[in-house]
This record gives sequence, structure tokens and C-alpha cells, in this order.
Amino acid sequence: MPTVTMTVNGMERSGNVEDRTLLVDFLREHLGLTGTHVGCDTSQCGACVVHVNGTSVKSCTCLAAQADGAEVTTIEGLANGTELHPMQEAFREHHGLQCGFCTPGMVMSAVDLANRNPDPSEHEVREWLEGNLCRCTGYHNIVEAVRAGAQAMGGGS
Amino acid sequence: MNDFTYHAPTSLDEALAALRGAEGAKLIAGGHSLLPVMKLNLAAPSDLVSLAGVPGLADISDDGDSVTVGAMCTHAQVAGSATVQGRIPALAAMADGIGDAQVRNAGTIGGSVAHNDPAADYPAACVALGATIVTDRREIGADDFFQGMFMTPLAGDEVVTAVRFPVPSRAAYAKFANPASKYAVAGVMVADGPDGVRVAVTGASGDGVFRVGEMEAALAGSFSADAVAGISVSSDGMLSDTAAGADYRAHLVTVMAKRAVEACG
Amino acid sequence: MSANGSGIGASVKRKEDQRFLTGRGRYTDDINLPGQLYGYILRSPVAHANIGGIDTSAAMAAPGVHAVFTGKDMEGVGSIPTGWLIHSKDGSPMVEPPHPALAIGKVRYAGDCVAIVVAETKRQAKAAANLVDVDYQELPAVASIEAAEADGAAQVFDEAPGNVCYDWEVGDKGATDAAFEGAAHVVSIDVVNNRLVPNAIEPRAAIANFDPATDEYTLYTTSQNPHLIRLLLGAFVLGLPEHKLRIIAPDVGGGFGSKIPHYAEEAILTWTAGQLGRPVKWTCERIDAFKSDTHGRDHISTAKLALDADGKFLGLHVSTKANLGAYLSTFATCVPTYLYGILFAGPYTTPAVYCEVKSFFTNTVPVDALRGAGRPEATYLLERLVDKAAVELGMDRVEIRRQNFIREFPYQTPVALQYDQGDYDATLDLALDASDWAGFEARRAEAAARGKCRGIGISTFIEACGIAPSAVVGSLGARAGLYESGSVRVHPTGSVSVFTGTHSHGQGHETTFAQIVSDMLGVDFAAVDVVHGDSAKIPFGMGTYGSRSLAVGGTAIYLAVEKVIEKGKKIAAHLLEASVEDIEFENGSFTVAGTDRSTSLGDVALTAYVPHNYPEGLEPGLEETAFYDPLNFTFPAGTHVAEVEVDPETGEVDVVAVTGADDVGRIINPMIVAGQLHGGLAHGIGQALLEDCIYQDDGQLATGSYLDYTMPRAADLPSFNINHNTTLCTHNPLGAKGVGEVGSIGIPPAVINAVIDALRPLGVNDMTMPATSQRVWQAIQQAQG
Repeated sequence: MPTVTMTVNGMERSGNVEDRTLLVDFLREHLGLTGTHVGCDTSQCGACVVHVNGTSVKSCTCLAAQADGAEVTTIEGLANGTELHPMQEAFREHHGLQCGFCTPGMVMSAVDLANRNPDPSEHEVREWLEGNLCRCTGYHNIVEAVRAGAQAMGGGS
Repeated sequence: MNDFTYHAPTSLDEALAALRGAEGAKLIAGGHSLLPVMKLNLAAPSDLVSLAGVPGLADISDDGDSVTVGAMCTHAQVAGSATVQGRIPALAAMADGIGDAQVRNAGTIGGSVAHNDPAADYPAACVALGATIVTDRREIGADDFFQGMFMTPLAGDEVVTAVRFPVPSRAAYAKFANPASKYAVAGVMVADGPDGVRVAVTGASGDGVFRVGEMEAALAGSFSADAVAGISVSSDGMLSDTAAGADYRAHLVTVMAKRAVEACG
Repeated sequence: MSANGSGIGASVKRKEDQRFLTGRGRYTDDINLPGQLYGYILRSPVAHANIGGIDTSAAMAAPGVHAVFTGKDMEGVGSIPTGWLIHSKDGSPMVEPPHPALAIGKVRYAGDCVAIVVAETKRQAKAAANLVDVDYQELPAVASIEAAEADGAAQVFDEAPGNVCYDWEVGDKGATDAAFEGAAHVVSIDVVNNRLVPNAIEPRAAIANFDPATDEYTLYTTSQNPHLIRLLLGAFVLGLPEHKLRIIAPDVGGGFGSKIPHYAEEAILTWTAGQLGRPVKWTCERIDAFKSDTHGRDHISTAKLALDADGKFLGLHVSTKANLGAYLSTFATCVPTYLYGILFAGPYTTPAVYCEVKSFFTNTVPVDALRGAGRPEATYLLERLVDKAAVELGMDRVEIRRQNFIREFPYQTPVALQYDQGDYDATLDLALDASDWAGFEARRAEAAARGKCRGIGISTFIEACGIAPSAVVGSLGARAGLYESGSVRVHPTGSVSVFTGTHSHGQGHETTFAQIVSDMLGVDFAAVDVVHGDSAKIPFGMGTYGSRSLAVGGTAIYLAVEKVIEKGKKIAAHLLEASVEDIEFENGSFTVAGTDRSTSLGDVALTAYVPHNYPEGLEPGLEETAFYDPLNFTFPAGTHVAEVEVDPETGEVDVVAVTGADDVGRIINPMIVAGQLHGGLAHGIGQALLEDCIYQDDGQLATGSYLDYTMPRAADLPSFNINHNTTLCTHNPLGAKGVGEVGSIGIPPAVINAVIDALRPLGVNDMTMPATSQRVWQAIQQAQG
């Protein structure tokens, strides 16, 4: 089987995987990074969002091979030790999560937005989150968390 | 999903060779059209040839009376491009409304036009703006390129390298999206360009993107929302699903056309 | 109870968040056991067919395959049970056909489990499943209530003629008929309560293991109620004793009712693991979740309200037909009856209420509880009807409600419930104020100037939750008690583990319950951990649904803490050489009343575990368990107001403002309570405007993925304006009522009433959920002729 190599959360990781292996399966099953979740099979729910070379993508709609050589960041790579990333902290502070299943994708998506827009409006946050489904929160607190997190990030991370 | 052989060529020639090397080979750009259908086993190519490593396919250039967008430009790139925003703001706005943020980060213009999904946004933009689809071997006008649902004149080993858009004097896109999938139920691009006024509709018809001649003629006479408000398209041949039946789609075409004209300012 | 920074009433940040935010949650699919195999469940592609035969030989020969089992292999295994026996009007018991875990002889819905293929990898199992050759001899299907009751309709079960499961009633029909005879006005309505797919974002999953050395089975499963699964799976299906069956529901990614039922897959996996002696894992794909997770709602109703000349309600008559799907899921039969019919007094003094419900089998996915379960259906019907009455009588929509409010408590309704407490005027006033109801017409005019039709809608409602008194539900047909257990273990050095039989899958129990215990015992919030979801760790439990966890589970914990304090007093009395009666406990200290002699909980705990100097006859240790069986339902109530703008050209409905004024009883953590309300409101708005589970006539699901089933997204919703007026529940010590379902119960009629209000100037007087753009546009077209 072919080898893919990528930098995941700052560490070089390799694996021998079938070409059809999706990035999310490589992360979850080969690297044991189970923080990235799978909630659908039609690229809609966004539970699987990770960063590839700094932008958010749906890891269920990306081959591991397509990320060969890339810098990949997952939810496990966001915090600095036990110190939460400002976006994670904002989600905690604003109760932007309940069951936690959509949360990793939601946070990774939010960080991408904040990197582009340090002070997004409510409308901009809601539009940006189109690719992330949450069934628990009604999005109200997620929106507040993303706005606060973006401000806390100070316009980039 | 069936297994396949993944190729990562670093030049166009290598890509073409890989495409010719296997009968069931397909190109993959961002993968946002292809991978979803492969996951549902609706497509099972033997080989995937990635264009990601081929240099020179992701540039956007201002050519004076036209803007050329490299095939590997993501929707986000097009939406965020100062060149596109400055010269054809309607195209940037349209790209900014495709799918969701992550789709825009990965999906490409080349992949979208080559796939020719009847509910995709780019076909309407290409046809209304009178774009030219540039391949490794020829140039094809948008009117000839989009040949009905998922159909294009592309040969099996042909690679879209860029799309060239003439700069219009004014243009706008109005879309009514499917509430679930967010694909276009009726997306109308109106453009007043070098070849006159063009009105192209995506999402509505089972035959893919189409032009509305009656609206184009009316707008050529008087470029105003009122000019198209009374023009309806037939619901014959319109798509129909749980979100939108044929009559509703036909109605939305007129409403979106009106709104696009209004948005042209 | 003392208020401190992390005690009752404080918006304490959640304990569970650290792991969820850093990707360290442990959901079922994140777990892998050594030697694990993968199971793929082959499902029926057709809605109704006889199975002529199944050839598994090709699948068996496929790479990596260990086993293929079909219904024949599991024939000796028990039927998947249902939890509630309903009796029809004539006293006869409901029709209760068998539900084999793997179909035997016949499939009854597209998605019915036909075989399990077990292989080394997920891919191998799925690929081999394609090789299982099933001879489906297709039969006509009934995919709706209308089809099920039609003359000559196909029969889902031979033993259920006309596809009827039961024909139930509640209330005094004679008194209700009499109320209509003398009425000045009668207002009628027909409503459909649209079928929904729950769509927790975590798909269901399970891993079963069997240890031949101990004869012990372990099942990890995505459940809201692991002990209930143990009871149903162990006692009814596989015949396993409780001590040999351990159910673990680890982190669960949302439930909303869809993870209450005991599913066939749980039985199939557990049985298969026993056959193979190896762990078997299964994770549902979303496309299969649509056709195998229980669905919700799906009612057709007609109702009429009798009023006197002044608009006072005299009588209510409701006839409902409910779709139960192809098999009776765990709570299926009680949702459209005892969680529905008994709600029809609402917050009103209607003296005579009668409700009859006929429930049907159809060739569709089984229907069970979904956030609100029965109560949204009742509230929707009642609040639509009340609005219609106001319009027909020319009365103000608010005043007609207000003049019929119940104001004296306890209040015995004509449909079995006794409300203990409430203040419906207070929540109504709060909502009117917070929504600027009085200023609406100016907003309508402003919207009209922009070409938009703006409308406002209201719903005043009660719900019955905190289920439920065991004796009451037992007399109504429940096959289980609905009490809850809580254990509090004070460790030797004073930290505390709390064990609850409820299950948290988003509700924040690990935080809320820790707040209660921390507050009562005066120990640091950080020193209290809550354990849930493992039948081997928790004494017993009925789980989390029906907004019961705080009112019932929280009370059990409260009572266990009281026991701990009582025992602690005995130890303290001994240490302080005082009489037990003189010991007071406050803020973590045991004090001899009227003195400064005291000892801490920590010292008492250490003494309990190192009992060198200890009261004679007292057991060592400081751990107590309490079971709490509620005395009554709890009755949260409130007023919801929705404001919408309709684009008359496209039919698009935009929810521009949502105001809730709710009485949910004692609030332990306002932050968590607000989150629960937000989620329920979103779910309710989804039902009102977006979500619709549509079956084709042949029983194929037309909305079977996120490409065509519209889930509410962030941009579909506004921010929510949440307000509270609290009256305390009188029959549990916390005064708690419940909050998890309030939003999905209260808001749908407010939204639809708002849509109708917006469209009335265009001649539209009725609207069916979901009010999709197309449906609204069609209604406008029709009204405009």
C-alpha cells in the first residue's frame, strides 16, 4: 500500500494506506486522533472539519493522498498543553457546546473564520457556519462563542 | 468506495499521460463533486489523477477586457480575489455563495465546470458572462460547453486549465437555494457584456444551464427589473423534487432574474 | 441551600467541556477493542416483501468474512419488546406483533435488518454484504396513515386488521358532547403533525463483546438509558441475567429521543459477539440512520372547540390518527396516548375534554419519542385551534387565552393530570413585554414598506414532564417504573463521586448534579465528579428522556446527599460528644447547635473510613444510595412568541424574532438552562418551517439524507430572547420541573400562527407544517386565485 506522510499537529506522521482512504479515516483509524468526527456521508454536517495548510476542509471529502505532504491541524492540536486555544475557551465560556459531537468541526471552522475576519458580525458567523450542523445548541451560543473567540484571537493565530 | 490508484503528477504532460494510461481514469481537482458520488458508489474510477501538483493552474489574471481564472482556483480564491472583485464583482459574489465555507476552500472552478452539475452555480456564470473554457488543447465557448446534465464536450483525456471571463459592464447573480443541500433551485446570472445582455439559469432545468432569450431581448430594450417581471419560463422540463416542483422552479426563475437585474444597479 | 460561586443558581462552566473541546471525548465509535471484528447490517431496500430465501454463500466466501447471520440463525432469540401496553376503548389490549431483530420471512420497512455480515474490516463487511442474495418478493406497501386505513390496504401484520394497533381514548366523551350542544360557537381545525427524523449528529454505534471466561457480555452503545437497554436486551431478547450483561453508554453525541429505544442492532451485535467469541463493532452510516433511527411525530388530527358567547372554552374534542411505523418501538405506543391526550387541557380551564387516538402500523421506520414526544403534537393542535377561535370570534389572540387561564392550584384537569403549581399570567405578561407585542403593528408596516409580510404568533402552553410516578404509569400500561437512582460516595479525604442512573448526552449533568452536591455538602465543586452511563457502576437507572433528569434523577441525588448528611451527623455527634439531635450541618461543617464546637465533612469522612473512634453499631463508610419515585409529573409552562417575515414572491419565511418566557421550576445552572431552551427552540422551528420526513407511496424515503432533509442551520435561525418566571414544583425538594423539551413543545404553533398572521392580508388562513417556501408560495397562489 502507498505511503502518505503529513505533518499532523506539528508532528510528521506516516501511514501505509489504500489510495481510497479518506483523510478522516487516516486521522481516526491510523493515527488514533478520534477528536475528528463523522456525522454524515454527504459532506454536509461538518463534524469532520480539520485544517489542511491552514484552511478548514471537510476531512470526509478529502483523500489522505490529497493531504500528502500537507500541514494538518485537528482539534487535538489546537490547545497549548492544557491551556485551551482562545476559540476553545470562548466555546467553554459561552456554552457553545452540549453533546460535544459537532464541536471539533465547529471550533476548527470557527478558527478559520477568525483567521480571515477578526471581528465577524452575527450575520457573518451564521453564514460562515453553513457547513456545520449542530442539533443541541440552536446555534445561539455558538454564534456568541465564535464572535468572542475571534476577538480573543486578536485577528489571527 | 472502491479502491483506485491515485496519481499525483507534477506537470500537465504527466497528468495527461496518467489519464491516458488507464481506461477508467478520472481527474480530481478539489474532489467536491467527485468524492461524494464515489462515496455513494455512484462512480468507481480505476485511477484518480490529481491536478493539485500541476503548476500554473491556480492563477487569476487580469487581461484587460477579460479575467482568466485557473482551473485549480478554489471558490474561496475566486471570491477573495481582488482582481475578480474589482473587475467582475458578480463572479466573486457568486463564488462566495457556492456550498459552504469548507466546500469553497476545496472545490475548484475547473472541477465544477467539468462536472456540469445541473444545480451548480458556475455554469450560469460562464454562460451569462460568455466565458471561454480553456483546455489543454482548445478553447470552448460556454454556450457549446454545457451540454445538458453532467454532459460536456470534454474528451476523456482532456484537462480544463482555465476559464476566461469577458468583463461585463454590469452583472449580478441571484440564487434561490435548496434549503437542505444549498444547491441552486433557481440561480440566474444576468450580465450585460460585450455580446449584449445574457440571462443564464442554473438549477431549474433537467437539461442543466439554459439561456432565456425572451428576457435577454427585453433587457436589451430596457435594462430594468420590470422588463423581465412579466416573462415566465415554461415549467416543462424543469426539475422537480421535495423542495421545489416544476411550477415553483419556473416561477423562481422569473423572480431571481428580476432580483439579479435589480442587483446590477 | 447556600448560594456560592459554583452552587445552585450559578452559571458554572461545564466540567465536560475540557474533554469535548480538546477532542478527548470518548464516543462509542472512538472505542476499539482488541481482536475486534466489524459488523455491517444489511437492510431491506424495499418497504414490504416476503423473503423467499437468502443465499449467504458468496458473502461467506468473500475476503475477511467471519460470519453472516440472518433471521433464521437468530430464530430462538426473543422479540424486541415494547415498553407500554395500551388498551383500546373497548378494553382490548393493543395488537403487539413480534419484532424479530433480524427479519424472519418478511421485511416491513425499507431499512429493516435482514442480515449481519462480520468481517475483519468495515470495508470487507460492507463489500460482502453486497454479495448476500436476498429473494425479496415485493408486496404492496402502506407508507402513510391514509394508505394504512384505506379499504383493501396491504396488511403490515396479519394479526392487526386494518393495520390498527389500538383505538384509545381519554376524557369524558358524554360530558364533552354535552358541552358542544349548548355552545354559542364551535371552531374546528384539521392539522397534520409532520413526521421528523431526529438526527442526533452522532450516528448510532455499538460494540459488543463476550468473555467466555466469565460468561459476561459487554455492550457499548449510543444510548440515553443503559440500564433500560440491559433490562430489555437481557430479560426480553437474549435471556441474559443482569449480572452477566454490562451496558456502557459512554459519551453520546445527542439523543433527542432517538437513543431511548432498544434497537435490533444492539441485540444482533450482542448475540453475534457471543456466537463468535470476539468483539464486534458497528457504526451506522448517516444514510442508514435516516432509515433506521426511530422517527418522530406523524399525526393527522381533527379537533373542535366549543366556546360560549364570550369566548370561554366549554369543551374540546380531538380525534387523532397516529403512525407507529412497522414495529412497536420502546415508547412508541405511549407517545401518542399518555404523552399526548392528557395534555389537552393545556393551561386552560376547559371543563370537558375528550381525545381519541387510533394508531396504525405502516411500512415505515418505527416511530418513537422525539424531543417533546406527544406534547409538541398536542400543543400544536391546541394552540392552532385557540388562535383560529380568536379569529373566528373576532377576539384578541392574547385575551382569549388569558380569559381561559387556570389560576387556582392544584388544578385537576378533565384528562387525568393534576397541575401542582403555575402562573400563566406571569409568563404571558413577560413574553408580551419582552417581545414588544404591543409595538408589532409598526414593525409590520415597516416590513410592508420593504415588500415583506410580517406576522407575529403566540403560543401559551404547559407540558407534563419529569416522568413519572411509577404507580400511575403502571396503571396506564407502562412495563417499567419510572423512578431514578442516585448514589453519593464521599471518599475518605472528602472528595465525592456521584452516581446517577440518568445519562448525559449534552445536558450537562456532570456539572448540574455536581453543583447540587457541592452546594449541599459544602465541598469544592472541583471535588465532585458525576459518573453515569455504565450499568456496572451505577446501581440502577431509567435514563434521560422526558425532561426527567433533574426533577427525578436530581432528586434521587438530593435524597442520597441527605442520607449522607444524616449519617455524617451521627459520626460528628460521636466525635463532638454531643447528641445527634443537636448536630447541625451547614457549609461543610457539623456543629453542635448553639456552640462553636464543630467538625468538618472531611474529618467525618475520614473517620467513616478509619473508624477507630466511631459510634457503636454504625457501619463504616460514607456512601448512600437513594431511589426516588416522583409523586406527580412536573408542569413547566410558558409563552412563546415568534415573529416572521415572509417574502411573498418566493414564499420564503424568515424567523426574525423568537421570545420565550418560561417557567421551568428551580434553575440550578442558568447557562445550561438557556442552552437547553435554545436547542429546543431550534428543533421546534425546524419542525415548523424546514423538516419534513417524506415517504413515497412505495415506502421509499424521499428525504433520506442531508441533501433533501432540511436540518436547521445557523443562518436559518435568529438569536433567542429567553426570559424566566419561576414557580417551584411543589412535590420535589429541588422545586425542579424540566427544560429539555420546552422549546420544541412551545414554539411550533407560535411560528405557524405567525406565518398565518403574516399571510392573512393575502387571504391565507391556514398553513401546514413545515411551512416551506414552496408551500407558502402555493398557499399565496391559491388564495390569490
